[in-house]
Amino acid sequence: MSTVADSLRLALDMIRHADVELVRIVGLSLRVSGTACVAGAVVGLALGAGLAVARFPGQRLLVWAMNTLLALPSVVVGLLVYLLLSRAGPLGAWGILFTPAAMVVAQSILVVPLIAALSRRLVLNGLRDGGDQLRSLGAGAATSALLLLVHERWGVLTILLTAFGRAVAEVGAVMIVGGNIEGVTRVMTTAIALETSKGDLPLALALGVVLLGVVGLLNLFVGLLHGGTATEREALA
Amino acid sequence: MSAAGANPGDGPVSAPLLSLHDAEVRFGGVTALRGVNLTVRRGERLMLVGTNGSGKTTLLRALHGLVPCSRGRREVHALAPQGREPVAAMLFQNPFLLNLSVQANLRLALWLRGLPRAERASRCTDALQRVGLAALARRPARVLSGGQQQRLALARAWALQPDILFLDEPTASLDPSAKREVEALVAEFAGDGVTVVMSTHNLGQAKRLGSHVAYLEDGQLLAALPVERFFNEPLPGAADRFLKGELPFA
Repeated sequence: MSTVADSLRLALDMIRHADVELVRIVGLSLRVSGTACVAGAVVGLALGAGLAVARFPGQRLLVWAMNTLLALPSVVVGLLVYLLLSRAGPLGAWGILFTPAAMVVAQSILVVPLIAALSRRLVLNGLRDGGDQLRSLGAGAATSALLLLVHERWGVLTILLTAFGRAVAEVGAVMIVGGNIEGVTRVMTTAIALETSKGDLPLALALGVVLLGVVGLLNLFVGLLHGGTATEREALA
Repeated sequence: MSAAGANPGDGPVSAPLLSLHDAEVRFGGVTALRGVNLTVRRGERLMLVGTNGSGKTTLLRALHGLVPCSRGRREVHALAPQGREPVAAMLFQNPFLLNLSVQANLRLALWLRGLPRAERASRCTDALQRVGLAALARRPARVLSGGQQQRLALARAWALQPDILFLDEPTASLDPSAKREVEALVAEFAGDGVTVVMSTHNLGQAKRLGSHVAYLEDGQLLAALPVERFFNEPLPGAADRFLKGELPFA
């Protein structure tokens, strides 16, 4: 019990004094996951909006595949990206395996299905309420989708925050393609796994507290957004 | 307006704007409209009547081009002497656009039609003044009353300066005073030479606003006549029973 209490006290000291290693690891985690979300958003929003408005053969199959990929295990993504980026792989010439860039690629792949599926639902709901009106006014499919994404920007932000939460909290993919190299590819989740296995509980706990804090703040923000829009809707109804 | 089974020869015949030729509209396994032949002519005020689910809204959407014909075709006639296609606007049962303010409802519509910013602003102001909503320009459209929302939809249509206006039950669930306001605005549209095609359950309204009335049942156009003949002459069986309020629940 005293070990846990001592570790927690040391962890809080590290946070309070902005321990250099802690700050570096947290900084890299936020950069990698943030970049992955931006990249994933570009692809995921376009894919989701496109699947909401376009009609083409095989569309249902694509939607089914996208929804299935929502449950994609991060270690599987890590393995696939490893195979792609390893020296013998098709993208081995890029030479980015065991760099933050590889971690960004893996996390981007992980969040694309999430962003695409949720943004598709968002656009479909918008089209159900106002699709005929937009078409009546001359808006084409692409214009309607873009307008609805802009109109539902708070919903889009909520989706992106959810995707960031998934990316920053995953460990399998970044461990495989990043290699958990100190000072280079070590992020919060991989560091927690390593420090716990070494028995260095204070750093692991400090990172755990920060990770929980980041995810908690995101959830709070998402909750405020949802609460705000729900209250607004209720007030305006 | 002329339709299969109707006499198109009442009064002077104006130029056609839109035609449906043997039009059929299917949604999956359901046929919502079947074998409709109809021509809407310039300056007409065509009222579509019929029971719930008879195909009035589908006919409006087919005429507007929002749903494709599964069979048959829709023809848009060029305006003479302008030589361009008629501009159409539609009022839906949900009158406002997205969760926007009153003025944003108009400006977005005008932006989608490709109008320059200055013209958007002036048309928006004019249209809101015309329907008496200028003071509420910054309000969210959602908080307006039912009558105000319909006036907003009419302002949006006005701003688009349409040649033909489609209205889908614009006075449903409005109180009598709001109903009168909306009817007066629709009459103003018609007075400006805009062709009006409107669905309604209110036969009195059809009589007041219409120059022609069309009766639909089960997706078929059973009668399409000038308003005086529709209300004063014998009609095909189902249409006659509808007028007398004798149709049983389906």
